[in-house]
Amino acid sequence: MEHEAHNPALRHHFADAQQQKNAASLGMWLFIVTEIMFFGGMFCAYLVYRLAHFNAFAAGSQQLNIWMGAINTSVLIVSSVTVVLAVKAAEAGKRKVLVGYLVVTVLLGMTFLVIKGFEYREKFEKHHVPGPTFNFTDKFDDNGKQIPVNPKEAELFFSLYFAMTGMHALHMIIGCGLFSVLAVLAWKGHYTPGYFTPVENAGLYWHLVDIIWIYLFPLLYLISRHS
Amino acid sequence: MANQVDALYIYLLLVAGFMTAIIFLTILVLAIKYRRSAGCEAQQIEGSTILEITWSVIPFFVMLTFFIWGAVIYFRERTPPADANEVYVVAKQWMWKIEHAEGQSEINELHVPTGQNIKLIMTSQDVIHSFFVPAFRIKQDVLPGRYTTAWFKATKPGHYHLFCAEYCGTMHSGMGGDIVVMEPQEYAKWMAGAAVAPLQETGKQLFSALGCATCHRFDVQGRGPNLVGVYNKPVLLEDGRTVIADENYVREAILNPTAKIVSGFKPVMPTFQGIVSEEQLNALVAYIKSLAQPSPGTAGLESQPATFPAQTEKMQVQ
Amino acid sequence: MASTVIPVNQAPSQKLNYLNNGHSLKSWLLTTDHKRIAILYLISVTAFFFLGGFFAMLIRLELLTPQGDLMQADTYNKVFTMHGLIMVFFFLIPVVPAVLGNFLVPLMIGAKDLAFPRINLLSWYLYVTGGILITHVMLTGGVDTGWTFYSPFSTEYTNTKIVEAGLAAFIAGFSSIFTGLNFIVTIHRMRAPGLTWSRLPLFIWANYATSLIMILGTPVIAITIVLVAVERLFHLGIFDPRLGGDPLLFQHLFWFYSHPAVYIMILPSMGVISELITCFSRKRIFGYKFIALSSIAIAVLGFLVWAHHMFVAGISLYAAMIFSFLTFFIGVPSAVKVFNWTATLYKGSISYATPMLYAFGFIGLFTMGGLTGLFLATLGIDVHVTDTYFVVAHFHYVMVGGVLMGYLGGMHFWWPKMTGRMYPEAWAKLSALLVFVGFNLTFFPQFILGYVGMPRRYWQYPPEFQALNVLSTAGASILAAGYLLPMIYFVWSLRYGKIADANPWHAAGLEWKTTSPPPTFNFDETPVVTWEAYNYDEIPPWERRAPVAR
Repeated sequence: MEHEAHNPALRHHFADAQQQKNAASLGMWLFIVTEIMFFGGMFCAYLVYRLAHFNAFAAGSQQLNIWMGAINTSVLIVSSVTVVLAVKAAEAGKRKVLVGYLVVTVLLGMTFLVIKGFEYREKFEKHHVPGPTFNFTDKFDDNGKQIPVNPKEAELFFSLYFAMTGMHALHMIIGCGLFSVLAVLAWKGHYTPGYFTPVENAGLYWHLVDIIWIYLFPLLYLISRHS
Repeated sequence: MANQVDALYIYLLLVAGFMTAIIFLTILVLAIKYRRSAGCEAQQIEGSTILEITWSVIPFFVMLTFFIWGAVIYFRERTPPADANEVYVVAKQWMWKIEHAEGQSEINELHVPTGQNIKLIMTSQDVIHSFFVPAFRIKQDVLPGRYTTAWFKATKPGHYHLFCAEYCGTMHSGMGGDIVVMEPQEYAKWMAGAAVAPLQETGKQLFSALGCATCHRFDVQGRGPNLVGVYNKPVLLEDGRTVIADENYVREAILNPTAKIVSGFKPVMPTFQGIVSEEQLNALVAYIKSLAQPSPGTAGLESQPATFPAQTEKMQVQ
Repeated sequence: MASTVIPVNQAPSQKLNYLNNGHSLKSWLLTTDHKRIAILYLISVTAFFFLGGFFAMLIRLELLTPQGDLMQADTYNKVFTMHGLIMVFFFLIPVVPAVLGNFLVPLMIGAKDLAFPRINLLSWYLYVTGGILITHVMLTGGVDTGWTFYSPFSTEYTNTKIVEAGLAAFIAGFSSIFTGLNFIVTIHRMRAPGLTWSRLPLFIWANYATSLIMILGTPVIAITIVLVAVERLFHLGIFDPRLGGDPLLFQHLFWFYSHPAVYIMILPSMGVISELITCFSRKRIFGYKFIALSSIAIAVLGFLVWAHHMFVAGISLYAAMIFSFLTFFIGVPSAVKVFNWTATLYKGSISYATPMLYAFGFIGLFTMGGLTGLFLATLGIDVHVTDTYFVVAHFHYVMVGGVLMGYLGGMHFWWPKMTGRMYPEAWAKLSALLVFVGFNLTFFPQFILGYVGMPRRYWQYPPEFQALNVLSTAGASILAAGYLLPMIYFVWSLRYGKIADANPWHAAGLEWKTTSPPPTFNFDETPVVTWEAYNYDEIPPWERRAPVAR
């Protein structure tokens, strides 16, 4: 076997670079599994309460800003594309392209967060933030029929809304931070076609956060939206 | 029932004792017989699949007997007989408030006659408690926001410990009392001692005082469903579901009326949460249960199939 | 006794090993060497054990008399809560994986370190951070919800520092997750050449199964803690019935982790027992495949049985029956292990060194604890004994009689490897005896107490329960002595213990093929494995009297 030049990124407890890469990959996938279990608890709570209080959940969902939600969904999907392109650029050794895509990803992530901020502000203005200021008087529009709902149950919906999107947003912030660090390191030339594992693994994290949103969006925003 | 629990316990004790003895003895014997000695080498034995299967399958079947017997007892414990006297229990930090259907209330004591099935309908005013009578081998957690039930039939007169068995704060260990079991004559005397209205009478008064009778009329169709005969019957809801109007349904209907709108009615009933206390709720529930059924029929049910695959409500996580 | 002659020119204290490779505080606090991290854990875990034990002592002292006369009710409630929180999150869950696992996993598979050494160090710092937080909680009033912090008491009614305690557990949970992640990747990717899965020591299989549970289960308790904190801080009604929430949802989420958590505690200890039984019978394990697979089975089945903690909580009759049925399944792989260990003794060549005594103790006590678990799985009986001292006795049998005995056995077994010193055998045997006797005296009466009706978490109790409580407290004082002695003689042995060579027990396993203590990178040359696990037919046993020059 050819003797490879010793990659400066090779950690000495590994037998070789391939072992290190495999280990890092497996480690990242396992971490993703833990994140799924983590969000899973909240999805479980959501499932249980939606079954119990469907009308209130539908009424609450109909009050969410579906346009902001949809735009955010597309923003995230595009950002996952830029992540894939970043990984490809790293693989091809195109440093500037890599940095470019990493930066665009961060910008898209921040766009998501800004839109989310506007959404949260709207919730605040409509008094849909759970707590002492909560006031919900809307009804569940069931194909024209206006069905009143228990505002306490609607408050439960919004509690879950804020908990789930809040936790998601926290993960987005972490992701933006991660990618910013990667962009700086990429600019400095840390990633070569022989070693770009951190870009790949961070990419996996970003895809996970994206997929979580793709589940959140219909579950939270699209309950009983017929028209 | 307590005897059955003890019988099952003894059975398990015997099996467990036997298994423990076997393991202990085997280890003792092997450890001595095969202790290290000069010239004796250990014999390498990989294993034996037959043995593995045997000692997996046989214990499993033995355990199945535990399961079946235990499940049978549990099923009976959780299925109160239809002819049981009902007693309402409200748990709060740190006492038990008990209301007999006949109207007597007690604190931390429950008087019952021998030979009579007693069904406890329990709820908590605050945190989770648990109604535990070791002598009867019964225990049931008592939750806020819903009713849970337990039942027993006392056979011997005496005083029996009542404990709270779910940690509930500072005086969890002080939240005890007594179940006082009396011979039927003694019990009748005790009952006659206090001149109180039966629980359903209190409920009836509340029903009019709170204005329920305005919409829930018995003579003509009012704005609300006619409640005569509704208890424990299927009810067709607005959204197509059918639920059984048990205690939890009635309670929810009073506290959170928009949760389940009866088919054909408008959602105009106001909520009484914060307006009625747990005791008043119990009285109202008792009253509604007492409403006799003049003719077969169900509130809100348009067509009446003879048999009903009633979808029991599962609003809480079960 | 072990052969302890050292080659004249290579006294371990002079050779460079992981212990003397750097003496500064920084070299310890910033180490990435898995062995040093294991020692760091050893020190912190032991500190928490004694803290939790101190609370246990307070409980047993209060329970000497039926009245609540040693401390106020609120104080007692805080004492048993802190006892539980510290013992569960800061001792039982980390102890065997973070101390023995961290030290041994790379050695046993012929690797130089774990896959992610820096994450390993992070794990320790997370543990310490959680530990500091929980200590702060303790010093500023404690929490009084019981370690199970059921809602609505924990979310709406208690005035104690739930959020901070929750944060401590949350952070410690991440320590657990990262350890598990590290182990899985290491075992998958870094085994020495020739070391196939079926040649792995059973301790590795055990830690692998444990790690699966760690990464899948711990995030669920994390989110549960978050939801409780959110409900307390922002009054969101996730578990509040007045808002349409459900207190039972809390219990489901809580037990979904906390039941598999008990398998996190016991599985690694079971792995230790497999190592001890084989070495001190000089035999291959009986039924290797079955023991290995039973660890995985326990890990998987452990996730399916959580609601057996909720039979009287208000779940439906049918759900209870399903969970009871599933719980019986999990008894089978545990029983299989006990039978296989016992069968390994057959036609062995058995010696009674302290680790073996702990192994015997484990098998006996775990059998009793496991069998009483069957009582609890049986619905009709559980209704009577749940929430009583019967349950307390059951879990102490498996956690103390099981996990702790396995840990102590492992500590004695691997002490020479970790420190290069032998502990004093006579004192160790005495301690093992004290632990066994003290333990049974403490906890067996509690089975009876539970059946006759004494509920748990009781500060005061009816006088007829006193005799059994006094027995229990008496046992606890003997048990305490049994735990204090090793503290003393282990520390003593660091300076005065007999110096140990690479393999004082003549045990199988790669960890014994390097020096005691090992060098920082474990092996001078990566071993290539061509033999099966526990190849005791190829390893000469140790002599009783004649020292062997090596």
